[in-house]
Amino acid sequence: MIRISDVSKSFVLHNQGSAVIPVMEGASLSVAPGECVALVGNSGAGKSTLMRMIYGNYLAGAGRIMVGDVDVARAEPREILTLRREVLGYVSQFLRVVPRVPTLEVVAEPVLAAGGSAGNGEARARELLARLNIPERLWSLSPTTFSGGEQQRVNIARGFAHGFPALLLDEPTASLDATNRAVVLALIEEAKARGAAIIGIFHDAAARERVCDREIDVSGFTPARAA
Amino acid sequence: MTPLLSVQGVTKHYGARLGCGDVNFDLWPGEVMGIVGESGSGKSTLLSCLSGQLAPDAGKVVFDTRAEGPRDVLTMSEPERRMLARTDWAFVHQNARDGLRMGVSAGGNVGERLMAVGARNYADIRAQAIDWLGRVEISEDRVDDRPRAFSGGMQQRLQIARNLVTGPRLVFMDEPTGGLDVSVQARLLDLLRGLVREMGLSAVIVTHDLAVVRLLADRLMVMKGGQVVETGLTDQVLDDPQHGYTQLLVSSVLQV
Repeated sequence: MIRISDVSKSFVLHNQGSAVIPVMEGASLSVAPGECVALVGNSGAGKSTLMRMIYGNYLAGAGRIMVGDVDVARAEPREILTLRREVLGYVSQFLRVVPRVPTLEVVAEPVLAAGGSAGNGEARARELLARLNIPERLWSLSPTTFSGGEQQRVNIARGFAHGFPALLLDEPTASLDATNRAVVLALIEEAKARGAAIIGIFHDAAARERVCDREIDVSGFTPARAA
Repeated sequence: MTPLLSVQGVTKHYGARLGCGDVNFDLWPGEVMGIVGESGSGKSTLLSCLSGQLAPDAGKVVFDTRAEGPRDVLTMSEPERRMLARTDWAFVHQNARDGLRMGVSAGGNVGERLMAVGARNYADIRAQAIDWLGRVEISEDRVDDRPRAFSGGMQQRLQIARNLVTGPRLVFMDEPTGGLDVSVQARLLDLLRGLVREMGLSAVIVTHDLAVVRLLADRLMVMKGGQVVETGLTDQVLDDPQHGYTQLLVSSVLQV
């Protein structure tokens, strides 16, 4: 489902003496439907960078990033937009939403974006918010005022609202208590069972152990320190 | 599928000075394109050229019309272009007073647009005007007030209602949230986003506010000195800017 071959990336800082910082070289991996692969490596090894490149958030310097039949490294913006609506979900570490929009709508939005009905979106949002223990009296409020852990759970609910065939999870269990952590792990297992290909970053080793089928150490893709 | 709007080589000079140079892009149905850049970068000039308010020196602006398919707007006759501006197009000005008739009631401002496209039944027009005022969160008891009696944020929302009542397919917006305080901005953004999704609108939004484009625009175009220096997905351009100017722009935003 996700197939990455020979991807490299450097940042060029034009306003800081045009410094070139190579951050990735020769990254290759593939993830089959129903499989969950963990990216591991020290901080700064490039886990998030690789994930952001798969999502099209960072531009790949070279190589191929196939998600389904779209090469994210070369696709037009509108192809990536369609991919993100229908195929590729992403749970980032931070929730970014339009202020004032009620939580229920924030969570239902991906369902509507993928062409689902308002009724289905709301039903799915209610189900997920209840499972993730967000008190019902908060559902009509904007999540911008919620606590960090609550925002994280809203973000997860949003990521799992539509049944994406491919999912990217950046630290989905960070800042969660044991109960909610278990819910998130169950959501991941359900997504695998329905055939989703998942790439995740988990600092939580026990979580990784439970849901991931393989680990890929991204330090192997870190360019040798140049000078 | 054809692009709703295809901009090809649009160039405008003011005397010897470049307004905007060789701008090319396609806008697809349902897409929102943001144009950012500092004051004087040519973004408003470009918007005026695209919306038929200013004649460019060169280039084509091809719009996919309902009746005849793709046509170059710049070669249309004046009446044709005016008809387009009343039906399929809308223009939201930065200053609501430029887009409203200040001497006409709020309901009249909205209803007038319906009459311009042939509505004649007074009761229907009034009902539709009230419906639209409701959508932009202006209460029914203000329908007979003139916009002069409205706050800046309300005027802006009224301008949006006036523009969207005829169900346009393409909306041009020039700094739609400029000059409004942040709480009003948030409300307006929420409103615009909802309308864009419900009505399947395409929009071109000119702004210098990167937070606004991040929330509203699917794609982004960065201009400097009349030239487009970078284009791409909004989050990609903001999070991984490639051009030196965009890097400067993004790193100059004050964090709240």
